[in-house]
Amino acid sequence: MAETERILQFIYKAIDEVNEQLPRKQRLKKSRDTVLYGESSKLDSLGLVMLIVATEQRIEDDFGLTLTLASEKALSMKNSPFKTVESLAEFILTLVKDTSNG
Amino acid sequence: MVITGARKGIGGYLVDYYVKKGFRVVGCSRNANDYKSDLYRHFCLHVSDEPKVKAMFRDIRREYGGLDILINNAGIASMNSFLLTPLNQVRSVLDTNVVGTFLLCREAAKIMALKRYGRIINFTTAAVPLKLEGEASYVASKASVVSLTEVLARELADMGITVNAVGPTLVETDLIRSVPQTKIRELLKRQAIGRLSRLEDISNVIDFFIRPESEFVTGQVIFLGGV
Repeated sequence: MAETERILQFIYKAIDEVNEQLPRKQRLKKSRDTVLYGESSKLDSLGLVMLIVATEQRIEDDFGLTLTLASEKALSMKNSPFKTVESLAEFILTLVKDTSNG
Repeated sequence: MVITGARKGIGGYLVDYYVKKGFRVVGCSRNANDYKSDLYRHFCLHVSDEPKVKAMFRDIRREYGGLDILINNAGIASMNSFLLTPLNQVRSVLDTNVVGTFLLCREAAKIMALKRYGRIINFTTAAVPLKLEGEASYVASKASVVSLTEVLARELADMGITVNAVGPTLVETDLIRSVPQTKIRELLKRQAIGRLSRLEDISNVIDFFIRPESEFVTGQVIFLGGV
């Protein structure tokens, strides 16, 4: 639980970075249920790419872990891990566990 | 600025050229570089080694806070009759010239995107439009670099990143040491201007691409010598 919370904070920091680049109307709320991908998302494809890149960089800098979020695993999942902030956090947690288990 | 294949040849020249112009330059190559300058930092890596390339860009982001320019110079050539070309040689050429260029572009663009500014220069060769016999794997790899440049120009345009390529003719470097003189003379005849590329010809094109004023120039390939 604490790990998920920590990962959420990384995503929120990434949202802050991306929001700086976005027009006011497209800015994202820092909340678990914020939709990132799909029809109801405020982000266009470029915005989503920027958020994924910013999140990878936050994890790298603050967690010391180099992850590739847009991996084959992510792209082949039935439910996209990029759907919401919460699903992204859960996906990152599985990647972190996979990495620490070698 | 990042320059790949920075130890010798065109890359070594570009490192010195841009350091003297006052750029902070990060270079990489498979072997150590004894070039010394306060403005220069070197990484030993193969351009297709994903973990090492990612680690280099992480260090760049932390130390410099961003990246403006990437020059994808690293490349290997291979001269051989098509029928006698070993497959491991083909894989090696593709690995450095295509996979390496792809990976460096990807990781550099991730840093550039967040500041919505970047200039990427890839290296192709005049051997592509000349359809040079005896260099099938090299030419195929460099034709891929042209396509990659054109596609990335479109994908990265909204991020303020331009992607262009320079295609030199034969240059006096290690790559052509094994090319017979008769072959060189034949090749020069196929150019509008029949001489070898000079290193200054290449930096001249790069200077144009990296100027802030060149923000409207992307997806372009400039071949030297009027090929």
